[in-house]
Amino acid sequence: MKPAPFKLVAPRSREEALAALAEHDGDARVLAGGQSLVPLMNMRVVQPGVLVSINGCRDLDYIRLEDDRIVCGALARQAAAEESDLVRRRCPLLADAAPWIGGMANRNRGTVCGSLAHSDPLAELPAVAVATDAEIVLASRDGRRTLAATDFFVGELATAIRPGEMVEAARFATAWSGERTAFLEVSNRQHAFAVAGVAVRLDLAPDGRCRDVRIAVMGGGPTAMRIEAGERAVVGTTIGVEAARAAADAVERAVDPPTDIHADAAYRRRVLGVLTMRALQQAAGRS
Amino acid sequence: MARERVEVSLTINGRTYRDRVESRLLLCDFIRHVAGLKGTHVGCEHGVCGACTVLIDGRTARSCLHFAAAVEGSAITTVESLATEAALHPIQQAFHESHALQCGYCTPGFLLTTVELLGRNAAPTTEEIRQALTNNMCRCTGYANIVKAVGVAAAAMRGDGAAKA
Repeated sequence: MKPAPFKLVAPRSREEALAALAEHDGDARVLAGGQSLVPLMNMRVVQPGVLVSINGCRDLDYIRLEDDRIVCGALARQAAAEESDLVRRRCPLLADAAPWIGGMANRNRGTVCGSLAHSDPLAELPAVAVATDAEIVLASRDGRRTLAATDFFVGELATAIRPGEMVEAARFATAWSGERTAFLEVSNRQHAFAVAGVAVRLDLAPDGRCRDVRIAVMGGGPTAMRIEAGERAVVGTTIGVEAARAAADAVERAVDPPTDIHADAAYRRRVLGVLTMRALQQAAGRS
Repeated sequence: MARERVEVSLTINGRTYRDRVESRLLLCDFIRHVAGLKGTHVGCEHGVCGACTVLIDGRTARSCLHFAAAVEGSAITTVESLATEAALHPIQQAFHESHALQCGYCTPGFLLTTVELLGRNAAPTTEEIRQALTNNMCRCTGYANIVKAVGVAAAAMRGDGAAKA
């Protein structure tokens, strides 16, 4: 339970970090909070030759409003996002989901971007990223590129990050004018491995009609998934029981959940349907 | 690969400890073997059990999930900081009086988790206490007395003697 030897590089700025990644092309991993990477290293599932710790890069530690998006820099801790007034007001789904990520000790250290880069199919933040139309900013010494969250998550623990690149920031869409949100999850303990979870954003008109909606699920497949068929079932409605049930049915049809020690695929599928119904009704203020 | 060694200087409980260590040395092992502070216990070594919980810059963290060399410049606080020569910390006193430990292996992690909780919420409800402790494992007590002890500690630290167990 001790990691294999590695070389540690501790840059003091974004520029230095990108230079270090370029120099160790392919054999380097970025270390931010380490809450996913270090367990894998301790178990020697992962044995990077070089770790580039960005913990000293103050210029990557920010949460700010930019071009009408909530932008979390690579060193923004999950606890900082959870406690940020800006996040609570302008991207409430991120604050709703944060308490589910892990215990306080994990959220104090784990970063928002680190969780996205890890792309665990049972993690909360990828589902939040999908539900908030997030953009993932990838940086290397050669420049920047920006991907939609749905293009960034490629598979289980797999993303579009290329050698020499790091996630520099995640840019979450700000809330709609009539935004109502819900994040629901089932797990054996709140901070244990999740069975499944659902993230919902609604844009409700003053008359209660749903003008726009996002439904994203975790535990429905190898990555967080947006379920557009479910969204079509509720948009334009006042989210009554029938519409919510139709969305839940669409979710159950769209997902292909994994089986593991915590739950089998059939149970996960059912849980995702039930959580979808509950999340829609909770967000619409009906529960 | 060559076992790279780096000079690491850490401030633990206000005192500075320096050594040349491997980059891969975990913070918990630096605390135990370089600083000689054996109150930080190592359990699962992959962030699940909470026994190795310390404070990094005043906030709880798993010391088994950090490399000593990567937390230079941070202030580390361990369980040894709680008691004085003369008296246990009120949280330790409450754990003692409420029988909130048996073997004691997990206790340092619970104590520091409670320090953080009570620092943010001086009067937590039972539900809030349980919520704050979900990430720490105890295989002896069944948790009931730990939850009770945190409530007793909170009352004592508020100066509310009537709530003493």
